[in-house]
Amino acid sequence: MDIRYTPEEQAFRVEVRRWMAAHVPAQPLPDFDSTREGFEAHRQWERTLHAGGWGMVTWPVEYGGRGLDLIRWLIFEEEYYRAGAPGRVNQNGIFLLGPTLIEYGTPEQKARFLPAMAAGDHIWAQAWSEPGAGSDLAGVRSTAVRDGDDYVLSGHKIWSSRAVHADWAFGLFRAPGSERHKGLSLILFPLDAAGVTVRPIQRLDGKPVFAELFLDNVRVPVANRLGDEGQGWAVCMSTAGFERGLMLRSPARFQVAAAKLVDLYRARAGAADPALGAAVAQAWMDADAYALSIYATASRLMAGGTIGPETSTNKIFWSELDLDLHKTALALLGAEAELTAAAPDASADVGDWLDGYIFSLAGPIYAGANEIQRNIIAERMLGLPR
Amino acid sequence: MDFRLTDEQTMLAEAVGALLHDCCSGADLRRLLESGAARDAGRWAQIEAMGLPLMLAPEARGGSGLGMVEMALVAIACGHAALPEPLVEHAGIAVPALVAAGRDVPAGTVAVGHPVNPFVADADTAEALLLADGDAMHLVPRAAVTLVRQDSIDPFRRLFRVDWKPAPATRTGGAALWEAALERGALLAAAQLLGLAQRAVDISVAYTKERQQFGKPIGSFQAVKHHLASAQVKIEFARPVVLAAAALPASSLARARVSHAKLAAQAAADAASHAAVQVHGAMGYSWEVDVHFVLKRALALGQAWGTPGFHRARVAEHMLSAPLGPDRTFDAVPLQQEARSEAA
Repeated sequence: MDIRYTPEEQAFRVEVRRWMAAHVPAQPLPDFDSTREGFEAHRQWERTLHAGGWGMVTWPVEYGGRGLDLIRWLIFEEEYYRAGAPGRVNQNGIFLLGPTLIEYGTPEQKARFLPAMAAGDHIWAQAWSEPGAGSDLAGVRSTAVRDGDDYVLSGHKIWSSRAVHADWAFGLFRAPGSERHKGLSLILFPLDAAGVTVRPIQRLDGKPVFAELFLDNVRVPVANRLGDEGQGWAVCMSTAGFERGLMLRSPARFQVAAAKLVDLYRARAGAADPALGAAVAQAWMDADAYALSIYATASRLMAGGTIGPETSTNKIFWSELDLDLHKTALALLGAEAELTAAAPDASADVGDWLDGYIFSLAGPIYAGANEIQRNIIAERMLGLPR
Repeated sequence: MDFRLTDEQTMLAEAVGALLHDCCSGADLRRLLESGAARDAGRWAQIEAMGLPLMLAPEARGGSGLGMVEMALVAIACGHAALPEPLVEHAGIAVPALVAAGRDVPAGTVAVGHPVNPFVADADTAEALLLADGDAMHLVPRAAVTLVRQDSIDPFRRLFRVDWKPAPATRTGGAALWEAALERGALLAAAQLLGLAQRAVDISVAYTKERQQFGKPIGSFQAVKHHLASAQVKIEFARPVVLAAAALPASSLARARVSHAKLAAQAAADAASHAAVQVHGAMGYSWEVDVHFVLKRALALGQAWGTPGFHRARVAEHMLSAPLGPDRTFDAVPLQQEARSEAA
């Protein structure tokens, strides 16, 4: 165990810090879920990042990445969040589908999709959940019927984040008549294909964050299938591992939020309620613990280890931490907590805390509800009977 | 940066875990209780044969020259076994204090009367005691003190009020020794709590796989699973904090990390031991199963070496005075300044 950064790692941090200082927009970009302008401003930021070589630091160089190890990825993320850089509009693509493509994609698929994803030309939405299948993903009913060199997709997907403005989606489809985990394939399809209808769904704060997708005989080439036919469940679980575990929620995001929470505590004289001081300290410690745990996992993976059911412990921990952190922030804001950013008397950061709280409410639900994660921990880590 | 245990560290942890698994089972604990003896002489001989009491002493003084990460791993194993003998306080706190003071380590164990703890554990079986007179640390022979036994809910915690008179001849050092002892004591209490938490889950997993109700093992019920999974999550996120606290050099962050480790491990031990009582049902509330050993030790160590309030105050002190942020996980101070000037 050597918990000092090497001189090379420190030099890397300085390099990232300098680039961020020179390129992060001085004014926050408009939110990418509310309007097309916000979405395109974020696409532009993805292009700026890519031009600087910072789009996907862990990917191989030939696909638009930097080929960096996971410790450097963590350092990059720390500097990214520290600099207040914009949220990643393409996170479904770069953090979820990207690693899955690298693992399961054919050389042609990698060459076709990865560079376009890294460059921000293809922004991806996830098309997994269905009205009858959320955390029970094996219950999806949408079908892919083979017809020569094409699949014909039919069905109804829902809760597709960012699908309102995104370019492509990846979804699970089953061979007609197949059951549960069998007969599923992971298929990539453009959202502007004939037969795709996108209907926005407003999140509980009114923003069109989600969409439902109606697929009516959508033809896509067989070459758009990721992994083997009927092996979609295994491919998809690999993606879910990335989602719950390492890639989607880097610790830096929570550490920055915790540091801001401490500032808010100071500014709002939270000492009036000693319980709030304890809650602030807990949030700071939890963000710190999450970072340490991810450093331990990254170190293990770099030494050839594999990632297992601990992705489920991560998912529970960061989602509960995020929720508690934002609840504490709202408690510190007191009567101001209910004001949106548009309210004339709202202080500068009030809307951000409220947005963060609304977002954190979804954490225990998406990527597999936390109740499902607890079952996974009990059965696969602790060995309890099904 | 490589935040992994080395192969040697893993082997040490496994060897100590295996030893204690073999010689410190629930049956061994019950046998010791029935005999009324303070220690299991055979077990202590095995612990000595492994060189554990002097593991932190330098090789030149007959020790193994190991560090706090290794000591924390041993303490986790001692917690998991609910070990009655005072290995952690002797090896992890008294020995390094004596080494730092340039004193010889007496044969037998040395008990520690740190000012943060109201009573001294295992004083009756100690060869000598480290005791506080104001800021000063004194090494006092057992024969020179009077002990008043204080019954603990934990049948293996031998607590005493110590009556004694300081003398110039017994003075071994000043406040710095006590400060260092507190950091080690709190950290190693955290490590033991972590081991206790895992033991509570392990006992419960074994029981709920076997115990049948409504025609199936109770471990198949989601409500039971969720109690144990929630406890395991707390354990998973206390462990790296304990190990990082053991590995960090002394600093404001290290102090806060020790307190964080204590709080997180205590929360894990609380959650796990309560879950264990709950999923064992009425059995968990009885003397019959091993749950109560774990519960009682966790209750004791949760308040020893600084109460939760004491440690929360230390965390708050760091949090409100030190620079925070995602680049501070390992306290990279020089880089902070260098990068700031370059970026400017």
